[in-house]
Amino acid sequence: MAYRSLQEIIEFCEQENKAFWEAILEDDVSERGGAKADSVGKMQTMWQAMRDAGENYDGNLRSKSNLSGGDGAKMQEYSAAGGTIGGEFMAEVIAEALKTGESNACMKKIVAAPTAGACGVLPAVLLPMYRRGVSEEKIIEALYVAAGIGQVIAARAFISGAAGGCQAEVGSASSMAAGALVHLRGGSHKQILHAVAMAMKMLLGLVCDPVAGLVEVPCIKRNVGGAVNAIAAADMALAGIESVIPADEVIDAMKEVGMNMAPAYRETARGGLARTKTGRKITAGMKW
Amino acid sequence: MNIFDILGPVMIGPSSSHTAGAVKLGYVARRLLGTEPIAAKIYLHGSFADTGRGHGTDRAVVAGILGMKEDDERIPFSYEIAAEKGFHFSMENIQLPGAHPNTVIMELTDAAGRRIEVQGSSIGGSRIMINKIDQAEVECTAEYPTLIIHNKDLPGCVAEVTSVLAAKKINIATMRLFRGKRGTQAVMIIEIDEAIEKEVIDKLEMIFGIMKVTYIPGM
Ligand code: SF4
Repeated sequence: MAYRSLQEIIEFCEQENKAFWEAILEDDVSERGGAKADSVGKMQTMWQAMRDAGENYDGNLRSKSNLSGGDGAKMQEYSAAGGTIGGEFMAEVIAEALKTGESNACMKKIVAAPTAGACGVLPAVLLPMYRRGVSEEKIIEALYVAAGIGQVIAARAFISGAAGGCQAEVGSASSMAAGALVHLRGGSHKQILHAVAMAMKMLLGLVCDPVAGLVEVPCIKRNVGGAVNAIAAADMALAGIESVIPADEVIDAMKEVGMNMAPAYRETARGGLARTKTGRKITAGMKW
Repeated sequence: MNIFDILGPVMIGPSSSHTAGAVKLGYVARRLLGTEPIAAKIYLHGSFADTGRGHGTDRAVVAGILGMKEDDERIPFSYEIAAEKGFHFSMENIQLPGAHPNTVIMELTDAAGRRIEVQGSSIGGSRIMINKIDQAEVECTAEYPTLIIHNKDLPGCVAEVTSVLAAKKINIATMRLFRGKRGTQAVMIIEIDEAIEKEVIDKLEMIFGIMKVTYIPGM
């Protein structure tokens, strides 16, 4: 039985003396059948696909609408020249989020996490950690942590912009990434939950307003926001900072906010950035 | 949702519903035809019609009909591949009152002139629902291994099918029956726990009153 609350997961972990990721792995095995090795193998495929998406990035590609492409490369050049405000690590995170988001817009292969629109958030935080020496084994564990968090969000609320705005999509991805990062740094179960709660709180209310209905503007840059936000949340949790509102309740609040969100802000391209003067001009200029 | 619905699928962008779901719909239609399609008429409804071109929905549907899965890197080039193969298709927008916003109708034809008409929707994430097969209303997600059996609406057909499956120790997860007017054609949609072998399908096809058996491995 899939978990319906994050609290339930950590209570189980404490009782059984298990790690968060183990609880999720075991649940997957009992849910879908098969051996542990099959599940881990599948997760390795996901990780490999995330790495490939980063490596196969082509800064010369443009999306069909011509709205996206090339920004990941710009960010990398800027960072290589030195002197970025947020430091080298942050610049790499930003570049990875842009690269995966742009690859998605250009019809390249990506991993939906939890959706295609938010596919850049998790790789953006995991790839720079991996390059700095975190083992693949640890990354796979972190992906189980992320998947478990996403599963609870999907069960309690929603994970698509059409259902609950971008808070449900990039917000969920950011919470998943924050929890994954805490695991990579050896944080406690409670710290994972605080990171999830804080990441979601910081993006609560975020609307889904894609220009011309395409997963490009603002989606690609929102992936950057989700990734950077995840790092802030994870660092705070690791510092011992706690969320006053528990993670499960924050997820419930996200659901409530999403349900009250006018349809114009739920992927219909009828509000927000999509409705701006420029947004409308772009939409009108699409020839198909 | 299982964890690989959350982390996954590995897919060609940009949209789970408008791209990955669209490929799956085309792919299932191909399976339902059962042979190599040489031509198709494709109709896009709702958001598929409005934003589909920008999401590659058009190319994705064609890719699926040509047999590609959602992670196939050839999806963006499906039109060119279709031309090479001599596969002809038309694509139009259509309004289907009451249908899900992401709906497509595909009419496929093979070299022998066999036709099938499939209507399906992309219902969120990359999940799909087949709504109609040759005018018969059905509900099929193709998520699990699924048998789709067209049969004459005769007494005993269902019992024979289940007894063939039982004899092969195949566990039925869900089974639903759909039919038009009494005594005409009916469709059984049977979801099973595990993949089945060709031999079972051949057995099913020999049952009196069974017109066609299609098997879709879970996607
Ligand atoms: S704005 Fe909408 S389509 Fe874009 S990433 Fe956010 S939820 Fe997805």
